[in-house]
Amino acid sequence: MALEDLQHNFLTGQVEDLVRWARRASVWPATFGLACCAIEMMAAGAADYDLARYGMEVFRNSPRQADLMIVAGRVSQKMAPVLRQVYDQMMEPKWVISMGVCASTGGLFNNYAIVQGVDQIVPVDVYAPGCPPSPETLMHAILTLHEQIRTGEILQRRSEGRPTHVEAQSNVWTPDVPVTVRVGTPK
Amino acid sequence: MSDPTVRVAERLDILSAETSEGAQGLQERSKTDKDELGREVGAVLRLSGLTLDPNDVDYERRDDETMIINMGPAHPSTHGVLRLMLELDGEFVLRTKPVIGYLHTGMEKTGEVLTYVQGGTNVTRMDYLSPVANELGYCMAVEKLLAIEIPERAIWIRMLMAELNRVASHLVWLATNGMDLGATSMMIYGFRERELILAFFEKTAGLRLNLNYVRPGGVAADLPDGWEDDVLVICDTIEARTYEYDELLTGQPIFRNRMIGVAPLLAEEALALGLTGPLLRSTGVAWDLRRTMPYLAYDQVDFDVIVGTYGDNFDRYAIRLNEIRESVRIVRQCLEKMPGGDYRSQDPKVTPPPRARIDESMEALIHHFKLFTEGFHVPVGEVYSAIESPRGELGCYLVSDGGAKPYRIHVRAPSFVNLQAVPLLMRGGSVSDAITVISTVDPIMGEVDR
Amino acid sequence: MDARRARHRKGGNAEVIPLPPAAPPGVVTADVMASDLGCFPTTEQYFGLVRAFKDDNFEMCVDLCAVDYLEHLDRPLPDGVAGTRFEIVVNLLSLSKKQRVRLRVQAGNDEPLVDSLFSLYPGTEAMEREAFDLYGVLFANHPDMTRILMPEDWEGHPLRKDYAVGKVPVQFKESPGPR
Repeated sequence: MALEDLQHNFLTGQVEDLVRWARRASVWPATFGLACCAIEMMAAGAADYDLARYGMEVFRNSPRQADLMIVAGRVSQKMAPVLRQVYDQMMEPKWVISMGVCASTGGLFNNYAIVQGVDQIVPVDVYAPGCPPSPETLMHAILTLHEQIRTGEILQRRSEGRPTHVEAQSNVWTPDVPVTVRVGTPK
Repeated sequence: MSDPTVRVAERLDILSAETSEGAQGLQERSKTDKDELGREVGAVLRLSGLTLDPNDVDYERRDDETMIINMGPAHPSTHGVLRLMLELDGEFVLRTKPVIGYLHTGMEKTGEVLTYVQGGTNVTRMDYLSPVANELGYCMAVEKLLAIEIPERAIWIRMLMAELNRVASHLVWLATNGMDLGATSMMIYGFRERELILAFFEKTAGLRLNLNYVRPGGVAADLPDGWEDDVLVICDTIEARTYEYDELLTGQPIFRNRMIGVAPLLAEEALALGLTGPLLRSTGVAWDLRRTMPYLAYDQVDFDVIVGTYGDNFDRYAIRLNEIRESVRIVRQCLEKMPGGDYRSQDPKVTPPPRARIDESMEALIHHFKLFTEGFHVPVGEVYSAIESPRGELGCYLVSDGGAKPYRIHVRAPSFVNLQAVPLLMRGGSVSDAITVISTVDPIMGEVDR
Repeated sequence: MDARRARHRKGGNAEVIPLPPAAPPGVVTADVMASDLGCFPTTEQYFGLVRAFKDDNFEMCVDLCAVDYLEHLDRPLPDGVAGTRFEIVVNLLSLSKKQRVRLRVQAGNDEPLVDSLFSLYPGTEAMEREAFDLYGVLFANHPDMTRILMPEDWEGHPLRKDYAVGKVPVQFKESPGPR
């Protein structure tokens, strides 16, 4: 976080490029495969569409060791707090790819049970459309993310563009999830 | 990002309050009544001939002698979002309670607002490893209500795709099972083989997964030119590779020690719980809907039903591996016997006319318009139609009120019912055996939660 | 072709099978599609009938689901069966005889309540919980009548016909702010 605020001379500029290269060359995804997109994500990690060439074949099971959360699949109302919990447990810098149309916008399922877009819960960096997106689409999304990391544009997002949250009381911590996450509408 | 003055303990309380599911989860022993404790083993299956050993359940154990831990819903065993609450005595599992619903998509509700042709796209995403099986169950139910006959070629194409799908599903099972046990190379092999099949699916249907290929009235498109060569390559490659898997897994001592004798299941228990598919066949009951209540053209092809003896994990593994070989056998016969003809029913009320005719005939244009905006109407009635999916009996209960959309669509998901075997199978085993049990029960959370 | 059409209509046999000998008296039966027998027991006859089927070698209860007939309370039913809003549909399977039976129980209009089949077929535990969760049908003597698919604090029973699908109007969000 501190690096972006510094005024760079040519030495620290080089260091920052090195840091950015390191960050994008070994992004470790957290396992967050939910539904059909998870199968395509596993296929992307397998032999034919190898994610190991980007240094990403280790899907870390513990969110504390992961950099990237690929939300692969439809997020139901029951899963939403769990998703937020896993996202909160990840260490900065962290990124989110919303894989598939169900994670991006709710997809085919515009109903009571599915959160209409995971960006209502966590800030998303790259959206990958498809139902399910083929592994090539997922790799394109990952490479887009790498490009954003390389140019440094992505680390500015912390200060703007956060989801709106409930007014917090003074010393009680609440997760900033919007109150309208659960939608149950009797006629 | 969060207020550092808030104490860690408060934060943990808030986090656990957000994700606890109250009465749906496993309660501590002090809050559980005796009947519930007796369900740990046997007592739930109060069948004649199956007696409960009173020494097997320790009613007097206190809360602090056992530990309730939570596995999931986001956990590394790649079986989707299943949350298991385990009560452990050291390393050994006593009670288990699966908490499901983390992938509940309201598909049965969505099915009521989609037409019968669109319904296939909805249903196909339930069991996402075998989409053709879901579509097939649904389309057969619709066709029974419509009382139409579909052409021979459509039947054989459906059978070909269903069996290729079965191979693909079992390959993923082998891959994830191997990975759960630590044989990570099996993961790579399973997905590598599967790519051959998915490439064929993409050539035929346009999509690798969630094909939307089987439609009421037949299939969406004919098989592409040169499909015989592609399918022959698939059959030869996969059949040869199953022998490699035998070398890698079946004879290997560590694999055998972890799977043989672990989590045995009795036939009476399986029938009482409503289990079907490889779980039921592993206990010795030779029940496979393709053989006992044949649908499509399964009575015209030659294949064996694989049956186990002890009902343990190894039997379920062996059944699935050999089912791959049997399915390849069926696919070869489909190659030889594929008839010519139409790939879908020519009934104009159900099937849209070919696109070229729309320019020529007013009637064709009207039919096309009505079919794609409103959809075809299905006569009043209700039907339950079942097929054998890779996981067991996949049934579709459809109620029609004469309209263009189903009044009620209910899919009897095999994994939903098979998941009830998990507490029974895990009892008394260690935590590492618990992982293999979940793996061999093979739940797909998309169809468990729908 | 004809044999297949007969099978197409009713399960495996071309004729309707009789009720088991121990069935409670007065159960209405009919010929239903793709099964060998269709029964329409009342809530009092329901448990006894299922026990009779179980003793008559129907080893497995394959499916149990609920239907909400709010929009079709006057649907066609056999004589002697008074349709109610909620209906429980049970499918039984006999492996030894290769037969299927479908039971349709009229569960009630406002507070539907039927007996639980758990003591006969333990596999119905999850299916009955699902019917309760999504429709609000209660099952007497069920060991664990809690929600199974929806979150614990959810209000309402989503698959009822007077519960909206919950569609959110599709809106085109403006692109997010600079990152």
